[in-house]
Amino acid sequence: MEKREERAVEEGAAAAAGGGEAEAAAEAEAEVNPWEVSGKIDYDKLIDKFGCQRLDQSLIDRVQRLTSRAPHVFLRRGVFFAHRDFNEILDAYERGDKFYLYTGRGPSSEALHLGHLIPFMFTKYLQDAFKVPLVIQLTDDEKCMWKNISVEESQRLARENAKDIIACGFDVTRTFIFSDFDYVGGAFYKNMVKVAKCVTYNKVVGIFGFTGEDHIGKVSFPPVQAVPSFPSSFPHLFNGKDHLRCLIPCAIDQDPYFRMTRDVAPRLGYHKPALIESSFFPALQGDTGKMSASDPNSAIYVTDSAKDIKDKINRYAFTGGQDTKEKQRLYGANLEVDIPVKYLSFFLEDDDELEHIKTEYGSGRMLTFDVKKRLTEILVEIVERHRRARAAVTDEMVDAFMAVRPLPSMFG
Amino acid sequence: MGYTKDQLLARLQELRIEFSKYEHPVVLTVEAQAKHVGNVGASLSKNLFLKDKKQRFYIVSALADTKVDLKVLSQRLGLGKGGLRMAPEEALGEILQVPLGCVTPFALVNESARHVSLLLDQGFKSQQGCLFHPLSNDTSISLNTLSLDKFLKSIGRDPSYVDLEANPKVGKDQPPDLAALVPSDSIVLPEFAEGAPPSEHSNENHAATDVKPKAVKAKAVKTPAVAEKIRDDTVSQHGEQLGAVVSDTLRKRLSSELKNLAIMFKNTAYTEGFHAGTHHQPKRP
Repeated sequence: MEKREERAVEEGAAAAAGGGEAEAAAEAEAEVNPWEVSGKIDYDKLIDKFGCQRLDQSLIDRVQRLTSRAPHVFLRRGVFFAHRDFNEILDAYERGDKFYLYTGRGPSSEALHLGHLIPFMFTKYLQDAFKVPLVIQLTDDEKCMWKNISVEESQRLARENAKDIIACGFDVTRTFIFSDFDYVGGAFYKNMVKVAKCVTYNKVVGIFGFTGEDHIGKVSFPPVQAVPSFPSSFPHLFNGKDHLRCLIPCAIDQDPYFRMTRDVAPRLGYHKPALIESSFFPALQGDTGKMSASDPNSAIYVTDSAKDIKDKINRYAFTGGQDTKEKQRLYGANLEVDIPVKYLSFFLEDDDELEHIKTEYGSGRMLTFDVKKRLTEILVEIVERHRRARAAVTDEMVDAFMAVRPLPSMFG
Repeated sequence: MGYTKDQLLARLQELRIEFSKYEHPVVLTVEAQAKHVGNVGASLSKNLFLKDKKQRFYIVSALADTKVDLKVLSQRLGLGKGGLRMAPEEALGEILQVPLGCVTPFALVNESARHVSLLLDQGFKSQQGCLFHPLSNDTSISLNTLSLDKFLKSIGRDPSYVDLEANPKVGKDQPPDLAALVPSDSIVLPEFAEGAPPSEHSNENHAATDVKPKAVKAKAVKTPAVAEKIRDDTVSQHGEQLGAVVSDTLRKRLSSELKNLAIMFKNTAYTEGFHAGTHHQPKRP
């Protein structure tokens, strides 16, 4: 028991006890946890602080070899940059042991922006490349508790968000979407209780920062997000496959939940879930945080028209370009802070073109106007494709994705 | 070829649209027109052919004494304060295919005017009849709005009646109330420097459009992205390979669009089966 405790403390050390000190020492005061992301984020420090691993080129090459296709643009550009045990997932895959994917969304608003779509776009790629099943958790209960919206409203938002998620192109024969309010119970709840028994109140306060004023709903929520990592939570899908591994693509602010889960898993006799984590999609106005659903001009929404997108990029995108054309030609742009170039690195698939733009813009031969124009084109294409796909999603399709049903060809 | 007056009138008769016809010498202004048909018991209309900064065109058709303020209209359409101005004379011939002094809602019968937006004065509705030129300045026809609407619907148009004198506030919380009447497409007039795309651009597109099959929706795969590839530097970089590089890019995009479509189909088919399965009645014993 003691040894495991030590290891657990090791893994989560920086965040739990040591977290406070480290933060006080850092001058930037960046805050990263599941409910708040702010300040200028140093991803290297974050990896150290959280204790996860950098996703290096060798892993990316390995993915390419195993899947016989080009690695996703997010891997090539370092959007998904950190992981825990991803190499073990790949080892097992090579041996013929498959895995399943688990990701989720907290349905707090109807308006989805591009930042929300990123984990889903990447998960779709993983599903197609590795040919594995996927469970998607809609944490309507969490939002009901944290955002103080009614149960009915959170359920409604969950269904609406499900449509946007489906529009990302998931395969219904390999995907199970569920909302907590609908699904919690049975085997899932049994696992929740097992997990809860392994985590002390003090531990959960240490990881999530709860105080005496927080209601007990919040305190008992973490197991809900933890147990989809265990295949026995889905008896209709993985009956008898207790040793199936789980890979969780998520944004790095979700790491605390899964540190806790990984700590508990061996005690319950399960594999620790593996994680593959992404950085934050920067807000239009700059590097200091992530896109927020409450500020319409900080993000490009999937409901924005082509004109809206053009206006937002032109008016609100923070650029590293110089003030005047002459200065731009002389000094070039500051690529470190330039948002259009950052966005292009997420969404411009062609590596050569991106390099070209970076060199030309950085040296001043290309103007901010041109970069913004190219970005607008690409974003409009993405948003329109999403809109077309979403228009084809019916309520019945949502029911089909959310039905508790077996998926016979999920590994095919 | 634009419709002639006789063709239009014949069309109206075919559609059994009621109207009264008055012939008179050629008139170029409402005042001149009033001298001939001012007392026939129908209301005179004034018709403005307008354009905005983005090469989109509008016909505003109003009762002769309705005050039309272009600045207000421009804001209500969401075009900003000075967004609307009178269209150039040449546009009259090119787009509406009517002579000077002959702007009329009936010009929309021409294919060339299919992207022109029509704003009709709400005041027309209360009149017994309104006078318009049937594509020629030597005739006026009077008809009521029911008949006018019937005609407009027959050419696939939705009649939009607007209180042209209203001046609602347009701001952050009050969106322009007429924004829906702005055409979705601009009209490019070939001869004019303003509207014409630069000639090199069209040459670049030429090569690309030959390669691109019709199956892809024009809006989805924008030629500028392809034109981007065919720059001077990429030409020198890839040389003879340029054709292969460009077609490779296109192929990738098409292939990804196709895959998306395939997934949508799969999901739809599965959903149909799911619905059938959950609603099917068990076999009778």
